[in-house]
Amino acid sequence: MSNQVEIPELGFIGLLRYAWRQLTSMRTALILLMMMGFGAIPGSLIPQRITNPIAVRDFITANPHLAQWYERLSLFDVYGSPWFSAIYILLFISLIGCVLPRSFEHYKAMRAQPPATPKNLSRLEEHQTFSGDDQALEKARKWFKANRFRIREEHDSISAEKGFLRETGNLLFHLSLILVLVGISFGSLFGMKGEAIVNVGERFINLPTSYDTLTFGKLTSENSLSPFEIKVDKFVAQYDPKTNAPKDYTAWVTVTDNGKTSKEIIKVNKPLTFGNTRVYLQANGYSPVVTVRDSEGNVALQGPVPFLPQDGNLRSIGAIKVPDAQPQVGFVGSFMPTNSRTPAQGAISIFPELLDPKLLFSIWKGDLGLDSGIPQSVYRLDTAKLTKVGLGSIKPGETFTYPEGSITLENVVPWINLQVVEDPGKKYALIGGILAVLGLLSSLYGRRRRIWIRVTTHGVEVAGLAKNGAPGLKTEIQNFVTAIKGEN
Amino acid sequence: MQTTWAYTSNYFVYSAMALFTISFIAHAFETAFAVRAPEAADSTQGNLLVKTLDFKRTEKTARIATAMMILGFLLLLAGVISRGISAHHVPWGNMYEFSITGALAFTGAYLAALRKYDLRWLGVFVSFSVLLTLGTAITLLYRNSAPLVPALKSTWLVIHVTAAIISGGVFLLANVVAASYLYLERVESRGPRPTWLQRVPSLDVLDQLSYRLVAFVFPLWTFAVIAGAIWAESAWGRYWGWDPKETWAFITWVAYAAYLHARVTVGWRGRRAAWLCIFAGSTFLFNYVYVNVWGTGKHTYSGL
Ligand code: HEM
Repeated sequence: MSNQVEIPELGFIGLLRYAWRQLTSMRTALILLMMMGFGAIPGSLIPQRITNPIAVRDFITANPHLAQWYERLSLFDVYGSPWFSAIYILLFISLIGCVLPRSFEHYKAMRAQPPATPKNLSRLEEHQTFSGDDQALEKARKWFKANRFRIREEHDSISAEKGFLRETGNLLFHLSLILVLVGISFGSLFGMKGEAIVNVGERFINLPTSYDTLTFGKLTSENSLSPFEIKVDKFVAQYDPKTNAPKDYTAWVTVTDNGKTSKEIIKVNKPLTFGNTRVYLQANGYSPVVTVRDSEGNVALQGPVPFLPQDGNLRSIGAIKVPDAQPQVGFVGSFMPTNSRTPAQGAISIFPELLDPKLLFSIWKGDLGLDSGIPQSVYRLDTAKLTKVGLGSIKPGETFTYPEGSITLENVVPWINLQVVEDPGKKYALIGGILAVLGLLSSLYGRRRRIWIRVTTHGVEVAGLAKNGAPGLKTEIQNFVTAIKGEN
Repeated sequence: MQTTWAYTSNYFVYSAMALFTISFIAHAFETAFAVRAPEAADSTQGNLLVKTLDFKRTEKTARIATAMMILGFLLLLAGVISRGISAHHVPWGNMYEFSITGALAFTGAYLAALRKYDLRWLGVFVSFSVLLTLGTAITLLYRNSAPLVPALKSTWLVIHVTAAIISGGVFLLANVVAASYLYLERVESRGPRPTWLQRVPSLDVLDQLSYRLVAFVFPLWTFAVIAGAIWAESAWGRYWGWDPKETWAFITWVAYAAYLHARVTVGWRGRRAAWLCIFAGSTFLFNYVYVNVWGTGKHTYSGL
């Protein structure tokens, strides 16, 4: 490596300085920007864990070999991957490195006077001469003031400048991108997100144990949940009778927060708000309310059991587990809000509302496996240590009897899935977004230009300069000249 | 559910197509007949016959073409509005509605730009592509008018999609201008322009024009993305989730930002800038076609 003489000569500090200059150069920023765009592409073509974990699992099963490589390159988690993070972190360092110094310079330039009038105005754009005297300077000053130019006066000339808003807007835009990123990181570090299924008539208390799933940001304290309670009084889902498509979902709830109780409504686009925490109505389904008795008629289980919807007509599946029966009993169930049959599919639901509800099930006895310590889905029965003892179906009010006992479908209540999200960073992201648009508007529509006027013994001389080839200078100078030539 | 309004809308769309057809024919006529065959000695240079353009001869046809385009735009507007009334929502619940609204935006962008620049040389292309879009929409994408699913009932959705459709119209126009630039540059590299291309502005003007169009709508597109995020926050509990549609909106945004930087800060002009512009525009189209038709994710609500 003896021929690489240049880099050692720079020294460590020099090397750092060189790297910094490279990183904050416009060309690097442009390349990083393009890399970020291209880097985002695979995430939209390959299934992602954050949006579609089931598709990822299926993909891995179908292409185990390819999946290994994808896994290594974090392609199932592009937006959280080290390489994607590296791109945007570098981009934002570059952004800061470029924009902060420019902001200081711009601040200084805004306070400084415009540059002096050039000696030779005739080389500039829109150069004009006409006859006139010192009165022209006076009129020019008035015109500049009226049109909010910043001016610098010399004994025979005025140098005027306008349009700093362009650079201000540009800097504002880039600085607000930093604010957006800060908001996003803040939200993911200090936020939380959880989901809970709540039957109509039941109460949700905002405690970690109330949730079906719950994740906290890296720096969120787990007992930071705000202490509110929501009781679901009523839920109505409306469907279009022709297309079966949902038209409206509304939940009526009673909220207790800080000792105050109030009635509220939650809709799909109208979450409840508690400070930084919002509660969304995210999904809905049905819970058959069942009573299971043993062979002696003692109640072994009573209450609503949430079932999971499988299609648009809310055909739902679920499991009813009765650990207190002797022996233990379990049911693998399908629930049809509006029951029907086709030869090909068997039992189906033909409408999502409760027009002709029916619960179909198979009955199993033995060991439910609930004590094994392995977590189980509440919607599925682990039939490994169970034997099937029968099949049945019941409508509300009906009871089905089998040798080990009986099951009654008392009625059916809807359940709703509440999604609780705390995001303390989103207001910064939003402010950043708004400022970014404002900055863009003044940056892309702003025009920076200078106009000079000089009065000599030969008459009046006027010229201008438009930065970035901004249009409209010609008309402006024409107006200016007309104003000066105008009546005394 | 097919109501009278939906039928009315279809009639409007069909009549708009008729007018766009007339406009297309008039534009084609104008392009062809502005070419004046050499008659007198003054149009010969040596032995070479030089054809010239005479727009005075075809000015009337050109005006008819533009007038038909404006009428077509108004009828299409009526079609889009009555479609919205029939479904009780803004008319972009599925691909059919999105296409007719997009065609409306593209025509609108062209007509608006026409007020400032003489773009009539683009008229043949604009009327043809709008016809093609409407034809595809009516024959392949047509769906009966249906109510929106609850998540789509939101003011922010209206704002978001309006901004996105307008931006899309202007982005596409910029793409067409950039493509004309590339084509014309190739033609010019082989020799003087053929007569029928003489009316197209110079390369410099085209280059500037596509930049102007992009710079003009980039803030609107930024706003559209933000409005979408606000809507997603109120409907789904997160303002950004890397759903395919969101991802491609982001890619389009980054691509245009790269284009603006390449022009303003690195000084790209001409061919390279035109290609970058076309690339950025393609990401927009890709989002519309791929993600709506084949994609998965929360935005594929439309049943096409
Ligand atoms: C490392 C990051 C970045 C740096 C160093 C940077 C720097 C710059 C600079 C120096 C300008 C000059 C404008 C002028 O001369 O008038 C500019 C313009 C601009 N930048 Fe950036 N930028 C960065 C990232 C971004 C990003 C991420 C976006 C948005 C996606 C963006 C969007 C824009 C826009 C829209 C303009 C205005 C272009 C115009 O005036 O036509 N920049 N940027």
